[in-house]
Amino acid sequence: MKVKAQISMVLNLDKCIGCHTCSVTCKQTWTNRPGAEYMWFNNVETRPGVGYPKKWEDESHYKGGWKLNRKGKLELRAGNKLNKVALAKIFYNPDMPNLDDYYEPWTYDYQTLFGKESKHQPVARAKSQITGEYMDLTNGPNWDDDLAGSDRSFGEDPNMQNIESDIKGNFERTFMMYLPRLCEHCLNAACVASCPSGAMYKRDEDGIVLVDQERCRGWRFCMTGCPYKKVYFNWNTNKAEKCTFCYPRIEEGLPTVCSETCVGRIRYIGVILYDADRVAEACEEPDDTKLYEAQLGLFLDPNDPEVVEQALADGVDMETIRCAQKSPIYKMAVEQKIAFPLHPEYRTMPMVWYVPPLSPIMNYFEGKNSIKYPEMIFPAINEMRIPVEYLANLLSGGNTEVIKNALYKLAMMRLYMRARTSGKEFDAEKLDRVGLTEDSATSLYRLLAIAKYEDRFVIPQSKKEKVAPVAEDQGGLGFEQCNGCALAPVHGSMLRKAKAGESTKDIYAESFYGGIWRD
Amino acid sequence: MLKSRFFKKVEKFNGNFTQLEEDSRRWEKLYKERWSHDKVVRTTHGVNCTGSCSWNVYVKQGIVTWEHQSTDYPSCGPNMPEFEPRGCPRGASFSWYEYSPLRIKYPYIRERLWKMWEDAKDQFENPIDAWESIVTDPEKTKSYKSVRGHGGLIRVKWDDATELISAMLLYTIKKYGPDRIAGFSPIPAMSMLSYASGARFMSLIGGEMLSFYDWYADLPPASPQVWGEQTDVPESSDWYNSQYLMMWGSNVPLTRTPDAHFMVEARYKGTKVVSISPDYAENVKFADNWLAPNPGSDAALAQGFTHVILNEYYNNQQVPYFTDYVKKFTDLPFVIMLDQSENNEGHVVSGRFLRISDLKETNEANPEWKPMLVDEPTDKLVVPNGTIGQRWDKSEKWNLDLTSEFGREISPKLSFLGEDYKVIDLPNFDNEGNSIYSRTIPCREITLKDGSKKLITTVFDLIMAQYGIKRKKIDVFAAKDYDDADSLFTPAWQEKVTGVRADLVIQIAREFAQNAADTKGKSMIIVGAGINHWFNSDMTYRAIINMLMLTGCIGVQGGGWAHYVGQEKLRPAEGWSNIAFANDWQPGCSRQQQGTSFFYFASDQWKYDELDNEGMKSPVKTIKDGYKHPADYNQMAIRLGWMPSYPQFDRNNLNFVKDYKTNDIKEISKKVVQELKDGSLHFAAEAPDKDINQPKALFVWRSNLFSSSGKGQEYFMKHILGSENGLLAKQSENFKPVDMEWDEKSVTGKLDLAVAFDFRMVTTPLYSDIVLPAATWYEKEDLSSTDMHPFIHPFNKAVDPLWESQSDWQAFKHISKSFSEMAKKYYSEPQYDLKTQPLGHDSMGEISQPYGKIKDWKRGEIEPIPGKTMPSLSLVKRDYTAVYDKYIALGPNAGGKLGSNGYSYSVANEYNELKDIIGTYTDGVDKGYPKLDEDRNVAESILHLSSASNGHVAKKAWENAEEITGKKLADISAGLTEKQMTFANITAQPKEAIPTPIFSSAKHDGDRYSPFSVNIERNVPFRTLTGRQQFYLDHEIFQEYGEELATYKPTLPPHVLGPADTKVEPADKELTLRYLTPHGKWNIHTTYQDNLYMLTLFRGGPTVWLSLDDAKKIDIKDNDWVELYNKNGVVTARAVVSQRMPDGTLYMYHAQDMEIEEPLSTITGNRGGSHNAPTQIHVKPTQMVGGYAQLSYGFNYYGPIGNQRDLYVNVRKLKEVKWHES
Repeated sequence: MKVKAQISMVLNLDKCIGCHTCSVTCKQTWTNRPGAEYMWFNNVETRPGVGYPKKWEDESHYKGGWKLNRKGKLELRAGNKLNKVALAKIFYNPDMPNLDDYYEPWTYDYQTLFGKESKHQPVARAKSQITGEYMDLTNGPNWDDDLAGSDRSFGEDPNMQNIESDIKGNFERTFMMYLPRLCEHCLNAACVASCPSGAMYKRDEDGIVLVDQERCRGWRFCMTGCPYKKVYFNWNTNKAEKCTFCYPRIEEGLPTVCSETCVGRIRYIGVILYDADRVAEACEEPDDTKLYEAQLGLFLDPNDPEVVEQALADGVDMETIRCAQKSPIYKMAVEQKIAFPLHPEYRTMPMVWYVPPLSPIMNYFEGKNSIKYPEMIFPAINEMRIPVEYLANLLSGGNTEVIKNALYKLAMMRLYMRARTSGKEFDAEKLDRVGLTEDSATSLYRLLAIAKYEDRFVIPQSKKEKVAPVAEDQGGLGFEQCNGCALAPVHGSMLRKAKAGESTKDIYAESFYGGIWRD
Repeated sequence: MLKSRFFKKVEKFNGNFTQLEEDSRRWEKLYKERWSHDKVVRTTHGVNCTGSCSWNVYVKQGIVTWEHQSTDYPSCGPNMPEFEPRGCPRGASFSWYEYSPLRIKYPYIRERLWKMWEDAKDQFENPIDAWESIVTDPEKTKSYKSVRGHGGLIRVKWDDATELISAMLLYTIKKYGPDRIAGFSPIPAMSMLSYASGARFMSLIGGEMLSFYDWYADLPPASPQVWGEQTDVPESSDWYNSQYLMMWGSNVPLTRTPDAHFMVEARYKGTKVVSISPDYAENVKFADNWLAPNPGSDAALAQGFTHVILNEYYNNQQVPYFTDYVKKFTDLPFVIMLDQSENNEGHVVSGRFLRISDLKETNEANPEWKPMLVDEPTDKLVVPNGTIGQRWDKSEKWNLDLTSEFGREISPKLSFLGEDYKVIDLPNFDNEGNSIYSRTIPCREITLKDGSKKLITTVFDLIMAQYGIKRKKIDVFAAKDYDDADSLFTPAWQEKVTGVRADLVIQIAREFAQNAADTKGKSMIIVGAGINHWFNSDMTYRAIINMLMLTGCIGVQGGGWAHYVGQEKLRPAEGWSNIAFANDWQPGCSRQQQGTSFFYFASDQWKYDELDNEGMKSPVKTIKDGYKHPADYNQMAIRLGWMPSYPQFDRNNLNFVKDYKTNDIKEISKKVVQELKDGSLHFAAEAPDKDINQPKALFVWRSNLFSSSGKGQEYFMKHILGSENGLLAKQSENFKPVDMEWDEKSVTGKLDLAVAFDFRMVTTPLYSDIVLPAATWYEKEDLSSTDMHPFIHPFNKAVDPLWESQSDWQAFKHISKSFSEMAKKYYSEPQYDLKTQPLGHDSMGEISQPYGKIKDWKRGEIEPIPGKTMPSLSLVKRDYTAVYDKYIALGPNAGGKLGSNGYSYSVANEYNELKDIIGTYTDGVDKGYPKLDEDRNVAESILHLSSASNGHVAKKAWENAEEITGKKLADISAGLTEKQMTFANITAQPKEAIPTPIFSSAKHDGDRYSPFSVNIERNVPFRTLTGRQQFYLDHEIFQEYGEELATYKPTLPPHVLGPADTKVEPADKELTLRYLTPHGKWNIHTTYQDNLYMLTLFRGGPTVWLSLDDAKKIDIKDNDWVELYNKNGVVTARAVVSQRMPDGTLYMYHAQDMEIEEPLSTITGNRGGSHNAPTQIHVKPTQMVGGYAQLSYGFNYYGPIGNQRDLYVNVRKLKEVKWHES
């Protein structure tokens, strides 16, 4: 056993209102600069839908993540390093998402509104931020919001395979949910394994996955390696960038921007202790539907004295262990089993987990008699609009049982609380059936509903005294020259090229694919 | 070159698959430096969204970088979720505006006007003459008005702009009178000082402020009708206390983004959530049941629910909680008289409430205002405490204690069941033709004071009859059962109208009522714009409110109605209104005009109105004073003192004193009355197109009026502005009002000057003549509050106003100064302004026209008596040289009595304290008065003088309420007497407002704010005729339209183009769809819809949503360009095709402005309009009633709503996408 600590997140999709505040605050804080326009470290997808970048879950196309080879051993779907060199893929990567899979960032010629008198009222038109040319808008980072264009997008959602086809195009059977996404900070990160430069790493103390901006050479194998498509390429600096889990905040004990600004209050952050020695073994679980449980099996009980002892021996500090003991993530993932990893079948052991959403009853339009069980004031799980299969495709590698159990639990909690808040008797046996007790149902209710700030976010502060000359730094911080700045100053090379008559495509090809020649 | 480290081994673990970094991590400083910042400033966004969220704005090296929500709200208690974090993606993107290319950095003037002005100034020494030379020259005015909106604004200096404005103002005042100048700024709660700035200036000069809440159709007229209350609603945290939550036409996650979590989280507590929405809206995601009624049919659904509730909880069984509640807190036991039916021999119809004056001669005060009920034990008709007659007779019986005059408890009798029976005729409304249906009704015969016999019944009996509840074994008129689809209001009947399955209606109604019975009223309905913006929205709302009253939910924590449309709760109200309307200097000096009527006449929509009211009247009753044309009702409302009307008369109001050579108001009144009778003087609204009657100047700030809230946008463009427009309609030829002057000639460009204050270049500044740069919400101090939460938030400067922008307070100060200085030179004599005022709610005026009977002096039915049968008249002295001095100092009347809702209390101490807090002037005319020169001083004054923000004032307010009601109330705020908000302490941390009698909650001891709890818990009367919540309204106009009780009325019939309107060449594939404009996800009105982040996150320009099948029918694919039109205008936009849309309805999400990605129309050749281009307003006569208890005028309280839902458009592919004329 080798105990490591991972900072991780659970998003309660049942509470997500799809407002995108997380995306905007994240963007304003981190990626509103040239080269980063199309980067959404955090984005929100309407489901069913194509996601961002388009159809990112179609790994037969993008070849992200891991697969088991014929010997049952783990390998990158896109091939190993030797394979990359042998096939010269470092010069041309066929699995890369292209600009159309993201979108061409645009702005408007707003200045025209201040212009001279004209025949008609002036209007600000969309202009490419890359070429400066007028654009006909056909794609964006959230193009299919709230089922927009659902005639197309339902069919393009890979998770909709095997779902009854008459849901598509049927107003009365419509369903919808939101999926906010950020980097998964995986235990077995495919991006890290894909990086030829060794620029990507997983931090020892908290498991945050980063791209070293000094060392990145712009190979972009991380982009293809990541099955979640959460590593981006900055066309200005020619370096990869990704969600940093807001480490400048996390180190100070503050939640990530996306979490703190989430008005749905759906996000929880906490520490998980896990056995690093068994990660590979878990990743090689042959059955996709068992990968969720395999990952769950890696998580260690932070209250187990043996685990604590080993953790201390492995360099996990006491404050981190105490946070792990109060971790809302542990409660939801391990104790209550209501949270699940996103696409465990990619075998990266992602560490941003999700509570599946309840949904309205379906049988209204179908004409079933909904008054038959008047005491069942809430819809039964099998009457809900979001097909369990859909959720299982997203969150459990197709394992519908575990999803159902979680939904049963949420529904039973509601029934129990309804009885309690309206002063009625409740048969405790019903709780038992879904693995709850009165106490655990109450504590689950408090965690999900009351959800105070200090219960949502339990974050250890960084132990700088272990790694830095703190006494020296106390007087010296802020005076150093910035020698870590990899971001090049804003330069207008793109616009210059555009002016010289190069097309968007050429410029894109050169700066996006051509970056590797820069050094 | 490739680095050798590509092949280098690094330390790995877990089977080589995770790679640890062995090198220095110094580079990590990179993102840390981005994260570092120099200061964090608490402020908020003054956008019209009800959010009022506390935000932390980050400033780094003098630049605003980003904003995150603050999370330090005071706790809601250990067992409640908190308010943190409040905010939404729109707000989170605000900092983009700060330095964006949309930013208005300098003052601008329309170039053509500027050149004329420069020339004129060369010719005339007096700037007023210079202005006259321009506006009296039709060629000149046409020249600059016709290019409004077409660019060509040039940068000028602030002083140049204010000089021109001052010259225009003084010319207009001298020539036409000050009430030809209007100010429009909405919803003061969202930035109180900004609103107050222009309002104070307008009030001091005598211009009118236009109402907005009713104009926006956000006002639910049902609220004044039922409760005598503008609107009062629970804060969002109270949703969490509910056990059964319906969202009805309110898309909570989208339009109440920061509040939605309380609804979401309540589900975990066991609250059932039901969503009623025609589309699969965002809120449906959180529902247990989704009901999708046909758009606009919601009243029928509510009637279906109510049928079940009445039958199962009032007929089959009695629930003591319900019956006790309705007897005490509603008008259900009150007695109404039954008249003979005009249609069926022997049948009866419902009449008006019985008053004690009907029964006997009495010398007690206000007998016509004392309705009665039967005391069950004595079986006698009595006047219970709390009626409006007692409110104004000073008898200390204005409370809801059910004590008789002998001190015994009275017990209201609910029904005459088992006594006599009659057949009653009731109206049924249908676009195919209205009809009469009959029901059985229990009744009793009584003798009136004149000896005549009269049948009476109770409101309860009438309702049971209306719904056809079978109360006797044999009743041929009652509904047979729930499946009786032919009997109105049964679940089966409603299914025919709404499409919602009857058995689901039965189930939900039962659950809803049973939950209320089990929890004593904790069933709640969140209602919103989806059902409020319709012509007959008051019917829908009353139908829904009936469900809540019948189940005892109103006034209960976690129960009742929750209406969230428009942000109207300005918590520190008394201090604010004192300053905003300059009552500190001259009480009653301000003019407050009903916005809808103003725009209906000013934009000439009345001349295009096709809505013949004849078809909408009740077939059961005719009244002699009825009309066909809606505009005629408006005229009647004006002359009878029901509604205000400014511009006022067809004469300059400053001329009366001069012409009559007296300043004795009694003398003047006599002459005015005589002249009105003679016909030598008219109300200006009778001929709105006459030059003298037109509004000449309009100031717009904090609003994008010409687009976002310009319902009938193209009428605005043509008639108010005189600019290019897309209007396809022609003036009516046959349908005209009888009481108005009709000019066949079309008047365009009524405004001589449009002035806009804004920080971004959108439609209103584009179409204005002068554009003044406004400071943003990150650059000034101000105050914000909302009904969604109990806090009062500050605005603070993160940076100083950028470029040449100023806060609105400073901008109007600047204008005041320039104006007063010019007045000193050219118009220094004080003037007497004759001002009319309608009969006001919460004043004695509300009991001036008894029995709800129309007595029209114009028809000789009664004498015109100012303040009784017509508007009151007063003289206001206007010293135009002193406007600036008054603007910048808090006048002496602020140290007198303040108050609201009929309460008033002294703030003399607080006024004196303010002198030390904000300082006084030490010389000049303002010597000794507190300084209002800086924004922050204004904020401090508002906080210090108001009961919601100063515990000492709250104490006095409750003591006054105790005096008036005779009830113990002061304990409500007793623990908070020492609580005092200051600008600094609300900046340090948000603070909760103190409960005050000027709102209706008795919140204390950690309660969440819940409306009407002071009425229910403390027996304080509702401010209505009966003092109770009213199911029944007996005014003649309500009888004329069959709206005594809530009923179902269909939406207005489809009307795309009239035969006389401009012909549109038909397209191959074209479809008529219902046109709805619900609030959108990526904007708050037009704010943020032009913001790059929001545009990036959804499709980058104007869109309309339609269903898969509708799109297929006209060959439209997702993202195709489409064109939609009707007689009112044309829009070009891109199609969003989605399966969450129902067939037959198109959504154009509200407030997609026309200056972003809007191509030219192929129909008009002009720029396509905003979402408001296809809209038109329809005014409703019942909403103009006045002088009658709760149906009396109040600014933003009562008046016709500017509804814009009952509309249709034709949709087709846009043949060619053209941006400019080549």
